[in-house]
Amino acid sequence: MNNESTIHVHGAEIETHEIHHDGNGHPHHKETFITKYIFSQDHKTISKQFLITGIIWAIVGGLFSVLFRLQLGYPGQSFAILETFFGKWAEGGQIKPEFYYALVTMHGTVMVFFVLTGGLSGTFANLLIPLQIGARDMASPLMNMLSYWFFFLASMIMLSSLFVETGPASGGWTSYPPLSALGQASIGSKIGMDLWITSMAMFVVSSLLGNLNYIATILNMRTKGMSMTRLPLTIWSLFFTAILGVLSFPVLLSGFILLLFDRNLGTSFYLSDIFVNGQILPNEGGSPILYEHLFWFLGHPEVYIVILPAMGMVSEILSINSRKPIFGYMAMIGSLFAICILALLVWAHHMFVSGMNPFLGSFFVLLTLLIAIPSSIKVFNWLTTIWRGNIRFTPAMLFAIGFVSLFISGGLTGIWLGNATIDIHIHDTVFVVAHFHIVMGVSAFFGMFAGVYHWFPKMYGRFMNNTLGYIHFWITFIGAYLIFWPMHYEGLAGVPRRYLDRSIWTSFNQFGDLNKVITIVTIVVFAVQLMFVFNFFYSIWKGRKVRTLNPWSATTLEWTTPVNPGHGNWVGEIPEVHRWAYDYSKDGRDFIPQTEPVGANETTEH
Amino acid sequence: MSSFWIIVCLILGFIITFQIAKASEYVAILRGEERTRKENNRINAFMLLAFLVVGLVGVWYCNEKLKGKILGEAASNHGEKIDTMLYITLAITGVVFFITQILLFWFSYKYQEKSDRKAFFFPHNNKLEVIWTVVPAITLTILVGFGLYYWFQITGEAPKQAMVVEVTGKQFGWEFRYPGKDKKLGRKYYKEISEGIGNPLGQIWADKDNHDDIYVSQEAHIVVNKPIKFIIGSKDVIHDVGLAHFRMKMDAVPGIPTTMWFTPKFTTKEMREKYGPDFNYEISCDQMCGKGHFSMRGTIVVETQEEFDRWILSKKPQYLAAMEMQKSAPAVTTTDSTSVQTQATTSIQ
Repeated sequence: MNNESTIHVHGAEIETHEIHHDGNGHPHHKETFITKYIFSQDHKTISKQFLITGIIWAIVGGLFSVLFRLQLGYPGQSFAILETFFGKWAEGGQIKPEFYYALVTMHGTVMVFFVLTGGLSGTFANLLIPLQIGARDMASPLMNMLSYWFFFLASMIMLSSLFVETGPASGGWTSYPPLSALGQASIGSKIGMDLWITSMAMFVVSSLLGNLNYIATILNMRTKGMSMTRLPLTIWSLFFTAILGVLSFPVLLSGFILLLFDRNLGTSFYLSDIFVNGQILPNEGGSPILYEHLFWFLGHPEVYIVILPAMGMVSEILSINSRKPIFGYMAMIGSLFAICILALLVWAHHMFVSGMNPFLGSFFVLLTLLIAIPSSIKVFNWLTTIWRGNIRFTPAMLFAIGFVSLFISGGLTGIWLGNATIDIHIHDTVFVVAHFHIVMGVSAFFGMFAGVYHWFPKMYGRFMNNTLGYIHFWITFIGAYLIFWPMHYEGLAGVPRRYLDRSIWTSFNQFGDLNKVITIVTIVVFAVQLMFVFNFFYSIWKGRKVRTLNPWSATTLEWTTPVNPGHGNWVGEIPEVHRWAYDYSKDGRDFIPQTEPVGANETTEH
Repeated sequence: MSSFWIIVCLILGFIITFQIAKASEYVAILRGEERTRKENNRINAFMLLAFLVVGLVGVWYCNEKLKGKILGEAASNHGEKIDTMLYITLAITGVVFFITQILLFWFSYKYQEKSDRKAFFFPHNNKLEVIWTVVPAITLTILVGFGLYYWFQITGEAPKQAMVVEVTGKQFGWEFRYPGKDKKLGRKYYKEISEGIGNPLGQIWADKDNHDDIYVSQEAHIVVNKPIKFIIGSKDVIHDVGLAHFRMKMDAVPGIPTTMWFTPKFTTKEMREKYGPDFNYEISCDQMCGKGHFSMRGTIVVETQEEFDRWILSKKPQYLAAMEMQKSAPAVTTTDSTSVQTQATTSIQ
């Protein structure tokens, strides 16, 4: 990067900042409630907006899973509460099949996109990029604000689809056509599906605005001395996440637009030879497999979009709380890069039994299993990071350790599924549900929780309650394993996904008691998440106040800002960086901040 | 009523927890925050170790409880290969699982904060990093090698003498077509489909190969120890032919025929003797297909050649049934078959 231009940019930044300060007395510069909290261009406020919207969505998505777990644990039993919630969709207290599928679809869509993409990347990219690279704000604060408001718009459209008469989309979060293209095939493929597609299109716009901004900011706005190889790993992971998003979301959008055409304009991109509900359709020559390719070209990178930021935050938190540098910094960047490249080349492992040419499948087996190499490098490096450390178990640290444990468990079953031979048997069974919930669902949530507990002091100038944090961690961690570990066994027995009642099957009805246990644990775990939400909001106003600038004794730049930084982050000049972000326990010192010049007698190794 | 009490319990539990948590914060300040922090650190370090031990016992217990409920022996030649591959992978990933999880929790416990401990500044070590790049790479090469070796055997061409059956998925059931004496499936075109006049699959009656094709629904019969090739299609949305006992699976895609073949090893009767009288080879739909997805069930009866011959002889070709239905309902206009023939773009075989 060109250093001169940075200095120049920052010079200009400081100037505007000072003008801003001088202008505080003038009415047209004054921040009103609206510019400060609603249409804010401050990256910190936008990050909070993403986080709180994400939390609300997580409650909705989580609640849906609890409700359909009731059906799975107790098929045939009626629950008055379901009729209270859903009216005609759960007459007599039992969820109707078409609504069960709507719930699963919404649970998936909401969790994957609105919580773990919007809520996770949106929150931490916005909060951490300017603070950790030493910038006053994003490259384009306006685009950043728009990114949130498109996300909000997408949220509103998705939410409204829950209330239309024919119900929300119900073709699964993947929405394969022809099911999702034909209103005759499923009630959820009527107006609900159009709203789903529109909402997702808005989401893609939001994600592109955000991601381009993140990339531009990381490349151009680093403070003096902050070379790329001095960046904390959080920034590297958010950088690769943004690149993945920019490269793959447009493909998803194109797939959705073709689907919209098939639905409303009579085209035949995905439709051919269809006799549905007694009606012969005129469409010929389309291919549903085309949609699968377009969808998974995003769908697979998406799981890395979800997990990479979590990996970055976990690396940072493990290092800080072990009081040790992250082990193999360059290898960590290299493995992030490898994951980023491979993520774009493995999508068809979701399609081994879709009718795709088996020869083509074999390449995807190879490429998919290759991902295990950078993943295992990361795991071993995390293990070495905590080895011979001096570990502080803050709630954030516990969640980071939990993340590593879950990532190992879920990652290893990925080696099963990525191998086409085994996939034939366990494809689309409950085994898959167990695998991806552990490896990208729960562990991404763990990364997010770790991030929230760790950076809450920076966000609100207060701490979250520790005791509640510990209870939250232990119940969630034990619960996650209790819920998803036994599901592997159901999957090995061949129990298909998305079966709301297995009683008519002689091969799949042997897990009745297990399903009840899972449902009960789910309810408990969900209740504890509500407790976390309570802790979060309570602590914003009533939490213990942060009294030092650097409560975790960390090296990175965000802890050099005031406890409650204003728009512009640093009062006066932005600090200059002289070293990498991981000088912990070096030369007998607990930590050396990035802003401290390298001493004459210092060990030179990194 | 019970749900009311559950909610009351949750709320009460919540209030109690919150009060304790709040009180603990005050206590911490009274006793000195640093002291409380250190105590919490010890408790959590111990909990992590306890979690490891209880977790490992739990893994064993879960396996004891559930291993008898997963499907037993694979009932096809391909199934055996898939099970072998599964056991190879289980062994390798199992070893990695235990080593890494034990290290993770053991390190967490062992290196908990102690006032006399200094963390070890250890930023990188090329030798270690090379080891844990190369070892996984070699292991994965082995897995990919075995995997592809089996994959090509399973998805390769079916043997010449294989019996051919056409499977068609629809919302929400399964239909089958046997080629009859001429061993050829006649051509079909979806616009010919008319359930009212006995043509549920859209067979083109002008094609003579169709005249002896036999149509059945929901239950297919196949012959033990004889390779069977399914030609799979769908009428409406994507379905999936899932055969858990044979360990096979293949999507049914409208407009794009797919295939699957295997050799069944045991008759339904033999399986019932082993696994109880309720046993059935079931066809499950494994691709989300609408509100009846969970109930889209078909069955396969595996039997000896003689039993199969007797069964197929008892079936009448669909052509005859359709002609009868058309005669009895002359009002139905039949499409001009010659024009349809020229239109016919999709043909099986």
